[in-house]
Parts: sequence; structure tokens; C-alpha cells
Amino acid sequence: MVKAEAVHKSFGRLEVLRGIDLEVSPKEVMCMIGPSGSGKSTFLRCINHLEKIDAGRLSVDGELVGYQQRGDRLYELRDAEVCRKRSEIGMVFQHFNLFPHMTALDNLIEAPIRVKKESRAVAAERGRKLLERVGLGEKVDAYPRQLSGGQQQRVAIARALAMEPKLMLFDEPTSALDPELVGEVLDVMRGLAEDGMTMVVVTHEMGFAREVSDSLVFMDGGVIVEAGNPRDVLSNPQQERTRAFLSKVL
Amino acid sequence: MANAVGLRPEAIKAVPVRHPGRWVAAIVVGAIAAYILYTVVTAIQKDHTAQGSGWAAVGHYLFNTLIFRGILVTLELTVLAMAIGIVLGVILAVMRLSPNPVMSWVSWLYIWFFRGTPVLVQIFFWFNLNLVLKSIDIGIPFTSFWLHANTNTLIPPFMAALLGLGFNEAAYMAEIVRAGIISVEHGQTEAAQALGMNRGLVMRRIVLPQAMRVIIPPTGNETISMLKTTSLAFTASVTELFTRQQQIATATYDVLELLIVASIWYLVMTSILTVGQYYVERHFGRGSLRGMPLTPFQRFRGMLFTFHAAPPTSPESVPAGPPIRGRERT
Repeated sequence: MVKAEAVHKSFGRLEVLRGIDLEVSPKEVMCMIGPSGSGKSTFLRCINHLEKIDAGRLSVDGELVGYQQRGDRLYELRDAEVCRKRSEIGMVFQHFNLFPHMTALDNLIEAPIRVKKESRAVAAERGRKLLERVGLGEKVDAYPRQLSGGQQQRVAIARALAMEPKLMLFDEPTSALDPELVGEVLDVMRGLAEDGMTMVVVTHEMGFAREVSDSLVFMDGGVIVEAGNPRDVLSNPQQERTRAFLSKVL
Repeated sequence: MANAVGLRPEAIKAVPVRHPGRWVAAIVVGAIAAYILYTVVTAIQKDHTAQGSGWAAVGHYLFNTLIFRGILVTLELTVLAMAIGIVLGVILAVMRLSPNPVMSWVSWLYIWFFRGTPVLVQIFFWFNLNLVLKSIDIGIPFTSFWLHANTNTLIPPFMAALLGLGFNEAAYMAEIVRAGIISVEHGQTEAAQALGMNRGLVMRRIVLPQAMRVIIPPTGNETISMLKTTSLAFTASVTELFTRQQQIATATYDVLELLIVASIWYLVMTSILTVGQYYVERHFGRGSLRGMPLTPFQRFRGMLFTFHAAPPTSPESVPAGPPIRGRERT
């Protein structure tokens, strides 16, 4: 589903990604862990072209992200194409980024109506079902500010699902939450994983990584230090840096 | 010892602190204000106009047809100039934030020029454009398709005042709109982009509606300010409210009375705008507070059913969409 080969990315003189190689298969749940500044969030943002990569190859579903190859030349994609590809990838942010001027349901149906040109009735019906599924059937008409952090993040997940994505990206979805609200969000994500959604999750929740993910990637300094089966990596890390990191967070 | 739940100690009863200074200040200021008011009112009261006392003259001119026609022109100028200002202002603000350097520079130059010169100069400029530019020709170069217009017919006095006021306003509105746009968190744009929305959709559906909360209050101020600034159209001999009262005053010598008439009407119009602004702000504030603030009317109704004077209601303390009920007596 996602394939990265030697992906590089710099912000000015700061090299954030220094050669990332990885592959996510369909229905796989991959967790990315690592200290802050290690480049995991940046890599996630590259996948739906919120950031442009400088070198290497990055493709989703066999198609290059942000470019098109014809012959041996790369052509930058037009805005409309970039938008179409983004609409097939769901993304959940650390700070939820719900639209505060819209109710929960309006948050969910905005993109299906405007981007996928669905009718309001169809979008609203699916929207209600999705809110039901994340346990917020009662909150259809609530504005984001009237919801707790955990509820907001669940609406944000439902909003991403409303576009019926083939891939979901989670950028530290529980880092901004009060500890007692983390569980409800992780439960929703666990349910998604069980339903066979392909997911890439940047997280600090080692328990979630251990129980739910199929593969675990530990990043540091813009490179993948160690990757593999989550139970192996977490309980028997091979690299010194992984061991040092895990000893601090576990 | 801690009280059992529900056992509340008696409410504190204490002798309040006296503030004699407040009383002295209030009496002094009140006396000065009353004296000024009295002097002005009695001066106008004197029997010196065709209608008798000055106040009778004010009453006489207040509903004069010429004054009414002037009010109509004033309103027309205000609405049209603000429309030009807002539309052009939004375009300029978006241009200013555009990644295209030419766009952003043209916008910068426009704002620099139109904000940096007095609006009176600009009205005069349009009014006198005919002195140097006899006609305006627009067409496609190297073809015979050309539109020709005489500047005198193209820019009558009303148009000169409208262009002066509108183009000047656009510069201010551009800055107001720009401030509103950059006040919206970047995460909002990213979230919308991640859903596949294009630049135009993100601006129209996500950023601008949220920017409105920041844009509306100063725009209301601008509208109120514009309503008064239209009196400068007097210099381009546009027959708006100020010009009309001036015309009558020149004929009747009731100068002060007519200024009072004009002031009354300006005050009436700005008061109506103030109320309108309040409700527009309320509309665009939805979702930003946990509950809607009460309208003054709702607050008044609430007070009627309250036994104690209600403390000013802070917006956060009002639950979403409550029925308006009186407070329970304690």
C-alpha cells in the first residue's frame, strides 16, 4: 500500500529524513515510534503530500506521491490530482483540527459533499452511522468546543473515515489528550484495525503498538534504526539506541 | 471540622465599605455635564428663528423632504462604498497572501497608496480627473474593438465620491481581512487539505468563515465610520445629508439647528448599524463559545423575572440553548 525507497527531506539546512525505506502492505497496521524530532511525523505528512520529499521514491497504491512518471521523466502533479489522491487517504492530527464553526455532523459531511460531490442525504446518513460507530451518536449537533478532547478526536477519526479512505494516517492521535481519555480513542483505532483498515500510526502508546500493530518501526535522527514484529522489537531490541529509548519510555 | 455534605454555613453578612470619594466625583462630574447641557439647550431655546424657538426649528426641519432625500443618498453612498471596499478588500487580502510575488506586490502598493493619502484628496482626484483625462478608452490592442467613454459622463459627482470612498475603504478592508485570514490556525488548512479540498474550497468553506469572527467587528466600525465620512461627498457637490442641511441653512440662516437635525439623523443611523453589528457578530460567533451569549432583549426578559439584580452574564456560564427562566430565590 505504501512503499518508501530512500526518502529524503530537508527543511532548509536541517535534514529531517535521511533515507527511509519501508513497505506497508494492505490491511497492515504499522506503528512508528521514536524520540521527538526523529522525523516520524514528517514522514507521515509526506505520505499525503502535505510535505514534498526532496529525494527518493514514495508511492501509495503503486502510484508516486505528488509526481507522475512518463518515460524517464517526472512530472509534478496538478493541484486537482494532488487533491484527488489526498481524498483517498485519511489523516488524524495530534490537535484534532476539527472545524470549530461546524457541528460534528457538518464536520463529517463537508468533504464528501464538496469533494466527492455526494448528495447531502447520502453523506449525512453515512455521517450519522460513523458517529454512532465511534460512540458519539448523541453528539451529532454538538460543536467541537462542546466536546471533550477524546470525543473531538473520535469525531476527527469519523471525519477521516467519511471519505472512505483506503489508508489511514494517525499523527500522535492521543498525545494531546488527558490520560483518562486516551483509552476511548485507542479503542476506536483498535476497532478500525480489526476491520482490516490499513493504518500508519505515529504514537507514544507502547501498549497499543504491542497489542494492535503488525509491525513496528523505531526511528531516530531521520533514519529507521530498527523495524520488525512489535513484540520482538519492544521486548528484545537489537540496537543500542532502541534499547536506550525504550528504557526511558517503558 | 469538615461540614457534612449539604450543611452550608450561613451566608456572610458584613457592613460594606463606604466610598465617599465616588460620591464626590459623581456629583462634580454630574454638575459639570448638567451645566454644559443646560447652557446649550437654553441657547437654542431662544426665540430667533422663523418657527420661534430653535428647538421648534429643529422639529420643523427634522422631517423635511430635502433632508430625507439627503439621508437616502447618504445610505446609498455608504452601502455602495462599503460594498466596493469589502469586495475589493477581500481580493486584495487574498492577493497579498498569494505565493505569486507580483500579486502580493501589487496589493502592497495599492494599500500603501490608498491608505497613505487622505480620502478627501482621493475624492477630489476623481472629481477633477476630467481636467487631464478627457476620455477613457478600453479595447484590444491592434484591433478596431475599442470602447470610448468621456470621463465627465463616466464620473459624475456621485461616482467621484463613490470611487474615492470605496477605493480608500478597500485598502483598510484588505488589512482587516488579511488579519482575519492569518488569525485562523494553520492546522485548519492542513486538515481541510488532507480531506482533499482544493485551495479555493479551503479558503471559502474553512478559513474565511472562521476569519469572519475577527473580520466582522472592525468591519462594523468601518461601516459606521463610512456613514459619517460620506459627508465629505459634500466637496464633490453630492446632495447627501450634510449637503442638504447646508443648502437649507444657507437659505434660512438656521445653521446650528440644521446641524443638530443632521446630527440626530446620523446618530439614528449609526445606532441602527450598531444593533445590526451585534447580531451579525452573534451569528458568526457560533461554535466559538460553549453557548450563545444572550441578546440584550433576552437579558432584559430574564431580569424581569429575577428578584435580585442579575450580575452581568458571562458567555461561558450560559449553557447551550437554555430556556430563559428566572433565577431561583435563595
